[in-house]
Amino acid sequence: MLKIDNLKVSLEEEEKQIIKGLSLTINSGEVHAIMGPNGSGKSTLSSVLAGKAGYTVDSGKVNFDETDLFETEVEERAALGIFMAFQYPIEIPGVGNMNFLRTALNSQRKTRGQEELNAADFLKLVREIAKDLEISDEMMRRPVNVGASGGEKKRNEILQMCLLEPRFVILDETDSGLDVDAMKLVSKGVNKFSSSSRSFLVITHYQRLLNYIVPDFVHIMVDGKIVKTGDKNLALHVEETGYKDFL
Amino acid sequence: MTDSYEVREVIDKETLSAVKSVGETYKYGFATDIETEYAPIGLNEDIVRLISKKNEEPSWMLEWRLKAYKRWTKLKQPDWALLKIPKIDFQDQYYYARPANMKERPKSLDEVDPKLLETYSKLGIPLTEQKKLAGVIEENYEEKPQDRKVAVDAVFDSVSVGTTFKEELKAAGVIFCSISEAIQEYPELVKKYLGSVVPISDNFFACLNSAVFSDGSFVYIPEGVKCPMELSTYFRINAENTGQFERTLIVAENNAYVSYLEGCTAPQRDESQLHAAVVELVILDDAEIKYSTVQNWFPGDENGVGGIYNFVTKRADCRGKNAKVMWTQVETGSAITWKYPSCVLKGDNSSGEFYSIAITNNMQQADTGTKMIHLGKNTNSRIVSKGISAGKAQNTYRGLVQIGGRSQNSRNFTQCDSLLIGNKCGAHTVPYIEVNNSSARAEHEATTSKVDEDQLFYCMQRGIGEEDAVALIVNGFCKEVLQALPMEFAMEAQKLVAISLEGSVG
Repeated sequence: MLKIDNLKVSLEEEEKQIIKGLSLTINSGEVHAIMGPNGSGKSTLSSVLAGKAGYTVDSGKVNFDETDLFETEVEERAALGIFMAFQYPIEIPGVGNMNFLRTALNSQRKTRGQEELNAADFLKLVREIAKDLEISDEMMRRPVNVGASGGEKKRNEILQMCLLEPRFVILDETDSGLDVDAMKLVSKGVNKFSSSSRSFLVITHYQRLLNYIVPDFVHIMVDGKIVKTGDKNLALHVEETGYKDFL
Repeated sequence: MTDSYEVREVIDKETLSAVKSVGETYKYGFATDIETEYAPIGLNEDIVRLISKKNEEPSWMLEWRLKAYKRWTKLKQPDWALLKIPKIDFQDQYYYARPANMKERPKSLDEVDPKLLETYSKLGIPLTEQKKLAGVIEENYEEKPQDRKVAVDAVFDSVSVGTTFKEELKAAGVIFCSISEAIQEYPELVKKYLGSVVPISDNFFACLNSAVFSDGSFVYIPEGVKCPMELSTYFRINAENTGQFERTLIVAENNAYVSYLEGCTAPQRDESQLHAAVVELVILDDAEIKYSTVQNWFPGDENGVGGIYNFVTKRADCRGKNAKVMWTQVETGSAITWKYPSCVLKGDNSSGEFYSIAITNNMQQADTGTKMIHLGKNTNSRIVSKGISAGKAQNTYRGLVQIGGRSQNSRNFTQCDSLLIGNKCGAHTVPYIEVNNSSARAEHEATTSKVDEDQLFYCMQRGIGEEDAVALIVNGFCKEVLQALPMEFAMEAQKLVAISLEGSVG
């Protein structure tokens, strides 16, 4: 599904290389976790995959199925089925959650040449998902992420994911700032959503999230490269000994 | 969740599809090919006499105009606004233009030239009594908001071409007609109120208007009457090199209520054109007027060629106790906007509100805001201004809050937010606050922000294209003001917000 081939990425403004030759293949139905110390380039990787401005791709390539990702606009990547759950979800004052969700969903459907979803079907769909994630009507009426707690924001990200039904999901430190209950709720949403045709890239500092979202592969990223790949036990090892073995 | 959500949802959908469907930026730029009769070019006493004669006015009206003209010749064009105004040659334009076949006032809409009717229908303003104004409710939409009637007075260049629902309004006691007709039919009312809010010599442009205004609307709501429908006037400048000077007078007697809407467009031309209007509102005891404007005059092209120079004096006089007025404006057009809809809060417990969205893109300039003059006791005012600048545009909020010595326990709240798109535009806030009573309270809040890259990225990562994302974010920024508009206009306004910002990103 996703094939990253010897990717090198610099910050646009500083000419400082952050990702220094990273290769990774993710197949349908797989859950990959990337762990690593601060500044190893994890978040840069997710930003580059989603298409955020401010980075220069020095070399290498990323294919999503047959599509060259770097030839594709941000919103086109979204319509192809790439979704990133933000580490810090963005507030958009004055724009109602429902409005935002419907606009996003129908924009994607339009790009894909599908018919737009009518108001009734849309409402039904959103309410079902919101109920699962214990998101109240009151919160759905609020402007996007405005006045929401950290946990609410993260749940909102998962709601967006469930609604937009992407095939490839990047969870960028989704566990940061969550208490155990919130993490369970978020993980429940993710696990319910996962299927053999969907893949996940879970970026995290800590192993604890991986108790709930169990990875098929764990990669340790240090200084812009993957230095070790293993199964879920690798994460447990890191939890015990830290990253010093890999530095 | 359903109701409010679904209303917004239609609006939103409209916004997005409008952005896509509009090929050129200014979709009202067409001209109507119609034989037009002009007064000779330039301005002098004879022109003033001619306009008065064309309108078959009584002599008191002519005297009034001549007095204004004499005064105007002694006034200087003001230059205190933060605007670069090219020199206007007041002798090099026409002050009166009307379609030739409007010489005889049409007795009913059936007699109006089909070409004119077609112009208005192209603008989305059906001059028929069955339809709504600029209907934007979708067929497949389940919970249709109740169809509301809107009466329209259509002003084309210097004359009113027709007013709808006149009879139905008359039955309710409401007078809604062109001001030229009112001068003939209701001279006592006009004499009593015309110039009583904005005196002849108020300012340079108001004075010019007093001399040469050719038409406009007149509304009179008698005591205790709640106007049974929305009233609206639609101004269209068509003739070349011609100024439009309309005059609007609205009087709400004790306990009366009316909501009035005003819309404006003009063809796309290379020469700039002058528009200098005066609007006077008189509000008596316990009465209320809501006045909404969606101003979309041609803004000039991206290099600043052409466009309307919009110099407008609007003032509401809350003469009675508990009188209420609410100005809502969405200013997206014009090359230059100079406009300060004001509230004089004379009556005790009277209140004035001003909600404004001013959008400037490319080379547009706007200097706009309000004046809240608190004279009575326990008066309240509220100002919410949202300025959006893109391209190389300059956008200034200028506002005065004045609380007089006898105005006990009066309150003002001002919120002034500016949004910048790109880094070549400017936003300025110039608030004047004068408080002469120690029991008064005036609050002012101001913010300036940029359309945030992170917000754009977030929207786009969810699949929303860049221009749609900007439209969404800006509409969110303006929400408080959009909510103050009657629903028909809110939808139009949201579309306009999106359209006027086209090409402002990327």
